Amino acid sequence: MSKITPEALKHLAKLARLELTEAELAMYATQLEIILDSVDKIREVAAGDVKPMSHAVGLTNVFREDVIRPSLDRAEVLSQAPATEANRFRVPRILNED
Amino acid sequence: MKILEAMEKFDPIIGLETHVELSTNSKMFCGCSTEFGAEPNTQVCPTCLGLPGSLPVPNKTAIESTFRIGLALNCQITEFSRFSRKNYFYPDMPKDFQTSQYDEPFCVNGYLDVLVPTDEGDKTFRVEIERVHLEEDTGKLTHSGGVTGRIHGADYSLVDYNRAGIALVEIVTKPVLGTGKYAGIVARAYVTELRDLLRSLAVSDVRMEEGSLRCDVNLSLHPKGASEWGKRTETKNVNSLRSVEKAVNSEIERQADVLTEGGKVTQETRHFHEDSGTSSSGRSKEEAEDYRYFPEPDLVPVIATSAWVNELKTDLPQAPSVERKRLAQEWGFSDEEMRDVVSMGATDLIAQTVAAGATAQAARKWWLGELARKATEAEKDLSSLGIEPKHISELEQLVVEGKLTDKLARQVLDGLINKEGTPSEIVQKRNLVVMSDDSSLLPAIRAAIEANPEVVAKVKTGKLQALGPILGAVMKETQGKADAGKVRSLVLKELAVEG
Repeated sequence: MSKITPEALKHLAKLARLELTEAELAMYATQLEIILDSVDKIREVAAGDVKPMSHAVGLTNVFREDVIRPSLDRAEVLSQAPATEANRFRVPRILNED
Repeated sequence: MKILEAMEKFDPIIGLETHVELSTNSKMFCGCSTEFGAEPNTQVCPTCLGLPGSLPVPNKTAIESTFRIGLALNCQITEFSRFSRKNYFYPDMPKDFQTSQYDEPFCVNGYLDVLVPTDEGDKTFRVEIERVHLEEDTGKLTHSGGVTGRIHGADYSLVDYNRAGIALVEIVTKPVLGTGKYAGIVARAYVTELRDLLRSLAVSDVRMEEGSLRCDVNLSLHPKGASEWGKRTETKNVNSLRSVEKAVNSEIERQADVLTEGGKVTQETRHFHEDSGTSSSGRSKEEAEDYRYFPEPDLVPVIATSAWVNELKTDLPQAPSVERKRLAQEWGFSDEEMRDVVSMGATDLIAQTVAAGATAQAARKWWLGELARKATEAEKDLSSLGIEPKHISELEQLVVEGKLTDKLARQVLDGLINKEGTPSEIVQKRNLVVMSDDSSLLPAIRAAIEANPEVVAKVKTGKLQALGPILGAVMKETQGKADAGKVRSLVLKELAVEG
């Protein structure tokens, strides 16, 4: 049985920029533990001769040639942004300090 | 504390992380152009903007360039590797993660030897390479409001994603020990050698001033003889060869001061300031970075088959050190002359000047003489002066033809630095024409003779070496435009002395 501590979950939520209430923290901690336990079951089954898998497909070496293809129209791109200035995306203050 | 004093008490350990933008035509995972200097946000598409539903496909040339860099750095090529997501929230990446490599980089365990002049003669230092991996570059932020465009105190920021997604190779050294007071010189020599190597591989423009080659310097100090290493800092933003040396030395001096005063070095990121040659504290690293790397699900693993790697290996150019030996011989430079050329980062500049028609000695004279002085004055690298080698060849030709004196040639160099055109155009614009006809020179010559009767007396007794003050006065009067040989013969003629 894996154990997700409230501290670990708070840290994860912070990294993911999620604001969670205490009730949500408790709920997700329980859910995450169930997920981790399920993953642990796979570990029980997998023998040493099975390599860890990161992809569902068995493909390797899928590449493209180094060829330029058209980019998007800038006006269209910037029209999707909440704010723009001088043909750039405008984003809120990054550092919260003076 | 000055560096030599600091090195009596402490030993430095340096580490260098170098980022190299590859010169592929298209970006790493999409077909957008990588051309430098385009209008903001004109080289973007759903993939590099991280729009929903877009899928990345790796650029084969970029992967091969990374393998070639690894091979040239004597690395092992990893047989099975994957891309990973490096998760972080920062507006320079619209996807909120950077596609990078984590525990399976393309190349590991290499080295690069660098030659450094020491008190005991030239010495080779082996800089070991930890890893070479492939990732994508980030967008470019411009900070608005606040002071001087810094992120601190900015009200908001503007983002141009043209650079986001350009193939970026990171080359990380292992900790380099035993450099002592040569730490800065070794660091600079390493980056210089790496730049020459990357250029010979033709994988990158390696222009530090345009950011296609960027360097972070890690440094720690520990008391001499101590087995435990000190806390290290990482200085970012080191964007010229000379700054690499400066950043190491100034950080050694700073840490030595902190330690000597009984303080502790904080493990942190520092930002280097090109203008002052010093660094300032950035974000603290106490809160360990937590990027939650995981294998990139949208990109399948890369298998470096031995056939593929061998094919790339046979295609590698000669190592710069071998190529330099050949050039030194071809150019007739001594080992010492060649070493200075290399450490000034002038090998390619001289090669291009020679290719444009100048002799090797003339090319060396200009680049390591007057131009090196100009670069030092401007606190820039030679290659950042923005002077085209073919113009130096043209300038030399004008001097050889007698159309320019050395003094006038130096004024042409100023014109070249100010981007006033080709040497011939600058000669026209600045009216830098050599005066060699009698009628324009004689008034100045007669005035100089009149003003220096004692010199005239000496010369008339046959002491031709005493002519100096008269020649100098004529040169001054003509603002250096007079043809020195012609002046000499005219002066002798006026004095009726046999030359």
